[in-house]
Amino acid sequence: MSDTTGTIYTETVIYSATEAFAADVPYQTAIVTLDSGGRVTGRILGERVRIDDRVARVEFRDGVPFFRKLA
Amino acid sequence: MRPVAVIGIGKTPFGAFPGRDLRSLAVEAGEKCLRNGHAAPGQVDAFFLGNFAGPSFVGQSHLAPYVSTALGIHGVPSTRVEAACASSGSAFFHAYTGVASGVYDCVLVVGVEKMTSQPTPKVTEILAGAGDCAGEIKAGSTFASLFAMIARRHMYQFGTTREHLAAVAVKNHANGALNPDAQMRKVITMEQAMNGKPIADPLNLYDCSLISDGAAAVLLAPAERAGEFTDKPVRVLGIAQASDFVALDQKPDITTFPAVRRASGKAYAMAGVGPADIQLGELHDCFTIAEIIAIEDLGFAPRGEGGPFTLEGHTARTGDKPINTSGGLKSKGHPVGATGVAQICDLVLQMRCEAGERQVPRHSLGLAQNLGGSGATCVVTILGTV
Repeated sequence: MSDTTGTIYTETVIYSATEAFAADVPYQTAIVTLDSGGRVTGRILGERVRIDDRVARVEFRDGVPFFRKLA
Repeated sequence: MRPVAVIGIGKTPFGAFPGRDLRSLAVEAGEKCLRNGHAAPGQVDAFFLGNFAGPSFVGQSHLAPYVSTALGIHGVPSTRVEAACASSGSAFFHAYTGVASGVYDCVLVVGVEKMTSQPTPKVTEILAGAGDCAGEIKAGSTFASLFAMIARRHMYQFGTTREHLAAVAVKNHANGALNPDAQMRKVITMEQAMNGKPIADPLNLYDCSLISDGAAAVLLAPAERAGEFTDKPVRVLGIAQASDFVALDQKPDITTFPAVRRASGKAYAMAGVGPADIQLGELHDCFTIAEIIAIEDLGFAPRGEGGPFTLEGHTARTGDKPINTSGGLKSKGHPVGATGVAQICDLVLQMRCEAGERQVPRHSLGLAQNLGGSGATCVVTILGTV
């Protein structure tokens, strides 16, 4: 089972952030249930996702996983 | 273990007080409390301070003796307790265990936070320190966003709606409008609560508690000695603290807080009562969804029905289970480290029939629920005059 693909468990779009993320608003974060088991909190790139959407990890930035919606 | 009573309470108003520093707020609450309990500083056997982030907010550490000596309390154990938003609930729990076990007689607990000297993005960053900074926070989460993700999942699993969330805000503002010590004494409409500025979907500004300065204090003593201090003692009938994961993504189910279920289960058992017996509650509404889930975890409503229970008016001041008659964190204010002790003060006011315009008719058995972070700490206290 892959640890690079998974399913959205929950998500939010953030409009009010700390200084470090102020330039990114609005941005989406999500908790992803990985196909390999376990959950991780990451960022969503591109199209917004909803609960149950399938996603794939496309990169790590400073240890943070970034996911993109699978077609 | 011997029975313990609250023999004194004291609070500052909650709000934004540019001219006040942390210590002056804590001292004001402590002095009011000692006066209220007819006790002298020299009678205090131990001091506990609940404070989340004084070192970050105002740059001061070693806060417990910094405050207690200013109150004229010298030489005795003086300890700061930090458990995020449950800091002073936890301080209260540890003070209780000290009195119940017989180690101390008279213990003063003060909770304080001075938040408004920092701009909002900095406050957001300091609060985020109560999350998992190596995981969820590094990914850009704020506390509002963590509770937003909880709300999303609760909506998905149980059909909770935006209207349910708004009903919590409208109710708590209606209560806070009657509380002279509340930060935002403003009634709001459902329409306003539904359409606030977005913070983290599905939560808007009206779903979020306030950034506040303030302090609260309680004085504890063995119940058998309460009569020496006050003719209106309130008994601690049940109390428990429980813990859980700090990171939200480690919890198997984010629509319930196991620490709340565990703490309340133990507190109910200790008091020999159940959820149906509780006549009023001060619950931790840091975000509207948190009150809805607390209602469910404490057993006031079945799982998934906290939203409808609120919309139907059960938790209103005039309902059969009044929740947050003080206005809650939402309207009264949320100086993080003061909140747990402030909840106790507000219950005691109701139980002594001193709650003024917001007084409820049934007030002999009350429950306070103080939550830290996204559920990693919970303290539940059951107070009674019976």
